[in-house]
Amino acid sequence: MKRIAGESARTTLTDNATGWLMVLPALAGLVVFVAVPFVLALGMSLTHLRMGSPLGAQFVGFEQYLRLLHDTSFQRALINNALFALGVVPVQTLLALGLALALNRPLRGVAVFRTLFFMPVVFPMSLVAVVWILIYAPGPNGLLNSVLDTLTLHHWQPRDFLHDPRLALPAIMLTSIWQGAGFQMVILLAGLQGIPRERYEAAAVDGAGRWQRFLHVTLPGLRNPLIFVVIVTSILSFRVFDQVRIMTQGGPLDATTTVVYQAVQSAFDRAQAGRGAAMAVVFFVIVLAITLIQRRLLRSEREVR
Amino acid sequence: MRRAALNILQYGLLLGAALVFLAPILFMLVGSLKPDALVLSEAGSWRALLPDSMTLENYRAVLARTPFWHYLLNSLLVNGLIVGLGLLINSLAGYALARLRWRGRDAVLGAVLAILVIPFEAIAVPLFYQLSLLGWRDDYSVQIAPFVANPLSIYLFYTFFLGLPRELEEAARIDGAGALRTFFTVVVPNAIPVFASVAIVTLLFYWGLYLWPLLMTTGPSVRPLPLGIATFFTLPPLHWGQILAFGVMMVTPVLALFLVFQRGFVRGVASSGLKG
Repeated sequence: MKRIAGESARTTLTDNATGWLMVLPALAGLVVFVAVPFVLALGMSLTHLRMGSPLGAQFVGFEQYLRLLHDTSFQRALINNALFALGVVPVQTLLALGLALALNRPLRGVAVFRTLFFMPVVFPMSLVAVVWILIYAPGPNGLLNSVLDTLTLHHWQPRDFLHDPRLALPAIMLTSIWQGAGFQMVILLAGLQGIPRERYEAAAVDGAGRWQRFLHVTLPGLRNPLIFVVIVTSILSFRVFDQVRIMTQGGPLDATTTVVYQAVQSAFDRAQAGRGAAMAVVFFVIVLAITLIQRRLLRSEREVR
Repeated sequence: MRRAALNILQYGLLLGAALVFLAPILFMLVGSLKPDALVLSEAGSWRALLPDSMTLENYRAVLARTPFWHYLLNSLLVNGLIVGLGLLINSLAGYALARLRWRGRDAVLGAVLAILVIPFEAIAVPLFYQLSLLGWRDDYSVQIAPFVANPLSIYLFYTFFLGLPRELEEAARIDGAGALRTFFTVVVPNAIPVFASVAIVTLLFYWGLYLWPLLMTTGPSVRPLPLGIATFFTLPPLHWGQILAFGVMMVTPVLALFLVFQRGFVRGVASSGLKG
């Protein structure tokens, strides 16, 4: 007994140095490339700093934030991100849930369908955006226009989806749903397969019908995967950049601009460092709020158990 | 009888969904094989998905007119190093956090979990300023260094190592092996699935990375594929056949990996989701 205690004390002593040694490369990377720029952003957002000019580095308090509050393009960006989340999160989650449920029954060919639905996830967003520009091509020859024309029995007026202020954002949302649904489906499918069979059997013994089993066994069993999927998609809705940059450049008339798009614009194209930093901070606060809601929801469930 | 009706309904729904999911991919593939001028003019007919003639002319033109191989090389180099170096340092960190007892471990674990919350988009613009001030831009290293250390990877390794049985390591430690040696000789060979999952999740995210190289690089000499395809739009007239051919070639490496290692992809994504 004594010998073992001595042994573990010795291990702990050497582990102290080894532990730090092993964690150091990753920790250094996180400090230099995440923590420092993050603190820097907080600092810069309180100044009028411009890149390439020593002027304006003096402290101006929350002026950048106050300006953002009254900046119509930035307001539009916030609204667009919120609309994006409100549209994409429910549609994509329901679609993914439907696909996962359909694939969770033992049927021939299920693996092929799963592969198909997941395939767009592997596609880089830049490529997806390019292909969908072509799908949204204006005029009666455009792919989507002609599909809609056929579906409406030739009552369709061809639209220029990406240049129509009312249609551009929904068009980008549809593209994103197509690319992202497979990701959610895989997570929900794993969740479905984690629900113990006995629960379904017990419910069947109790005389529960198909719908009741879905309500009282499937949905509660999917609680955590569903929360995860909804939260991740909400966060992704605020991270949107690639599609917007490639498909519409934020237009027409800021109809598709987003918070990240605005931040990159002000950083890259106008060299307004303080403003860009303030936008990055606002963006982070939004994401943090969504994440805290997730942790709260997941924790409350653990307490129930 | 009811079961059969249900199966038919299910197949019908799945087939409809499959058509919607597949159509854009098929459209891309078919368009890349058609004469350039027909891509747009035939987009509205069934010829968009079923061509009457095929040619490799677009692929030839892409290889002749754009530095495709160079973009591909850049992407392979950048992603290879992000994944390779990342597996090394993030697994070491995950192991130290899960298995070794050292002063400050809880604080470091807390910091990693806190950093996990910060999305890259919140960092991109400030990091752009930070590195620009240092004059560090427009090379390979600036596209690699920020992404090697990855809090999600550390976390995935950490939870995997927590669940690994201790017996093997204890045997090695009693035989006198240090923590590092134990890690490489005993732990790593028993952790191949998590290494595969982390590699796949990392590659899936970084192969399509667009925002960061857009900010930090200028010319085709170091730019990766996602910026290569965007370049077509800066040089009108648009050759849609060539754009799609570039796209097909650009997605082929990850698509091939996906089709070969499908289980790994699905498991990697599911594990990053269920534990997140």
